[in-house]
Amino acid sequence: MSGRRQIRWHIAVFLAPAVLVYTAIMIVPLFGTLNLSLFNQTPERTTEFVGLSNFRTLFGDPRWSGAFWNALGNNAWFFVVHMLVQNPIGILLAALLSSPRLRMAAFYRTAIFIPTILSFVIVGFVWKLILSPIWGIAPGMLDVVGLKSLFAPWLGKEDYALTALALVSVWQFVGIPMMLIYAALLSIPDEVLEAAEMDGITGMSQFWKIKLPLILPSIGIISILTFVGNFNAFDLIYVAQGALAGPDFSTDILGTFLYRTFFGFQLQLGDPHMGATIATAMFGIILIGVCIYLFGIQTRLRRYQF
Amino acid sequence: MTTRTLRIALLTSTLLAGAAQAQDVTLTIESWRNDDLTIWQDTIIPAFEAQNPGIKVVFAPSAPAEYNAVLNSKLDAGSAGDLITCRPFDASLELYNKGKLADLTSLAAMANFSPVAKSAWQTDDGAATFCVPMASVIHGFIYNADAFAQLGIEVPKTEAEFFAALDKIKADGTYIPMAMGTNDQWEAATMGYNNIGPNYWKGEEGRLALIKGEQKLTDPQWVAPFTQLAKWKDYLGDGFEAQTYPDSQNLFTLGRAAIYPAGSWEISGFNAQAQFKMGAFPPPVAAAGDTCYISDHTDIALGLNAASPNADQAKVFLEWVGSPEFATLYANALPGFFSLNSTPVEMADPLAQEFVSWRDKCQSTIRSTYQILSRGTPNLENETWNASANVIKGTETPEAAAERLQAGLASWFAPQQ
Repeated sequence: MSGRRQIRWHIAVFLAPAVLVYTAIMIVPLFGTLNLSLFNQTPERTTEFVGLSNFRTLFGDPRWSGAFWNALGNNAWFFVVHMLVQNPIGILLAALLSSPRLRMAAFYRTAIFIPTILSFVIVGFVWKLILSPIWGIAPGMLDVVGLKSLFAPWLGKEDYALTALALVSVWQFVGIPMMLIYAALLSIPDEVLEAAEMDGITGMSQFWKIKLPLILPSIGIISILTFVGNFNAFDLIYVAQGALAGPDFSTDILGTFLYRTFFGFQLQLGDPHMGATIATAMFGIILIGVCIYLFGIQTRLRRYQF
Repeated sequence: MTTRTLRIALLTSTLLAGAAQAQDVTLTIESWRNDDLTIWQDTIIPAFEAQNPGIKVVFAPSAPAEYNAVLNSKLDAGSAGDLITCRPFDASLELYNKGKLADLTSLAAMANFSPVAKSAWQTDDGAATFCVPMASVIHGFIYNADAFAQLGIEVPKTEAEFFAALDKIKADGTYIPMAMGTNDQWEAATMGYNNIGPNYWKGEEGRLALIKGEQKLTDPQWVAPFTQLAKWKDYLGDGFEAQTYPDSQNLFTLGRAAIYPAGSWEISGFNAQAQFKMGAFPPPVAAAGDTCYISDHTDIALGLNAASPNADQAKVFLEWVGSPEFATLYANALPGFFSLNSTPVEMADPLAQEFVSWRDKCQSTIRSTYQILSRGTPNLENETWNASANVIKGTETPEAAAERLQAGLASWFAPQQ
């Protein structure tokens, strides 16, 4: 009478709270959004099923698609700046912090991480003031070092505004890749490093040849976090430049475009259906990006077991 | 036994307290005028509550830029207040059509308002009025009178005098000639294009012709204001591209700028901040003696949330808002918000008197983009913000901007096709 295996109820019981909460606040709204994008309002103020016609408007109508591609392009640049500036600086800082000869490492670590816990509203407002051509300290500081001629009202110029805001965001969030890489660097066993030293690999070449390959999986995770975070970004642009993402839509990213469309702005009335369409497109973009990473990159990363 | 008695006592007292509170109805007002919070709390609401015991009123404003979005979400969710401050024209009309705002045509106080005053909160056929008009705002220029006296500048009446004055201020160098930035964009359209524009498109004549499709935004009278705006660039402060609306207000009230393209709603704030004498002049005309036109924009009204459980008490409040008593109280508490009530209102503030005096010598109109023309996508008002800011910065020519606006309007507005 070895019998049937008992149904293991406790698994379901223990999973239930997380599944229920996650379903209620993530999965249901997500499908609600996808569903909303397939409907539209008729002139008689009822909603009707329109299939993919909202997507046809978004990608086919030159005005909608112009705004969408502009936002996507800006968003891509926003991401590129983060990948080229934030993550390398994060890795560099982590490498410096993990150096045993550095004094006051805990102080630097905290100081660099603090902006991350500040509110976007504070960061946006403070940087707007710093960079203000009227009251800001940026023109004065440049003047002290004789570079006043380099100053421009960056946030007000089409050519610079987005890059300036991306760098503000980098300033705010550089602590996160730094912390993750720092943790990864600390987890490298001393034996590996000692073995490397025995073989004469020290200093810079030790970093490139031994440490970097070992922290590559962490860098991959950071890249994907940056990607998802950047393509969902909204707050900083909204705080600094408003919903119209000026000057001349040069800082308009998908988040602000979605906000303007969904909730409306000034005389423009909100359009939940087109808003949901944009949200769905954003979801698709992020999904594709994450899939490329998961299947194209992560499976090829070599892992080392110690 | 003691515990039970205590429990009953507690329960009874709670119930009694609840009953006592239920006699007082609290009305909540949704508004974007967060600057006016203290005036409502200290002046307007106490005056009403003194006459109407049993009705309490709470003024609950949100930030101007978010108001429409916040209000729409609250109305959809059923959590909006009893009284809704109404934006003019389509934003409120849409709410009425969706059944969110109640029909107030039968309100006795509606008799106190002229058809023009009510037009911003009526259905297109004028059959139903859904908000009680509160105030309009007038556009013009506020100037630093001390600076003008110091530099020996007369108040400009014509375009030539206007630019001569700006040149003189610039040459002197003590003051920034004009305080305006393009960072927030809306000032360029509201205090720029729609401020000086009526002189060119002849106020109502041009505005209505545009709605009928008889004029186009590419016609000379609609491009001319852009051509003027393009000339403003040289007179704005350093780095005006990143200058925000509060920056401009501060530059002027700190006495660092001489002229401020304004809306009359600035008056109370400026009176409190500025340490110098101020004056105001209407948008300069092309040649001396031309008829002047001003933007006297019906801006703010109060409506009733159709889902309000306290509709009867809210109507009592709305009747009071439509009364001459409220008009006097409001216009004097907030100089610069001019009453729309047919009964003339005495105002004490000299700057407000200056603004309102233009109603007698100039023709009044409202902002060209507000009625009907901003119903579609792309939204003409929002596009005008962007175009005006671009023209001032010089990144788009007046002609190109006008062409873009016209193409956008024609893409959905049948009379322009």
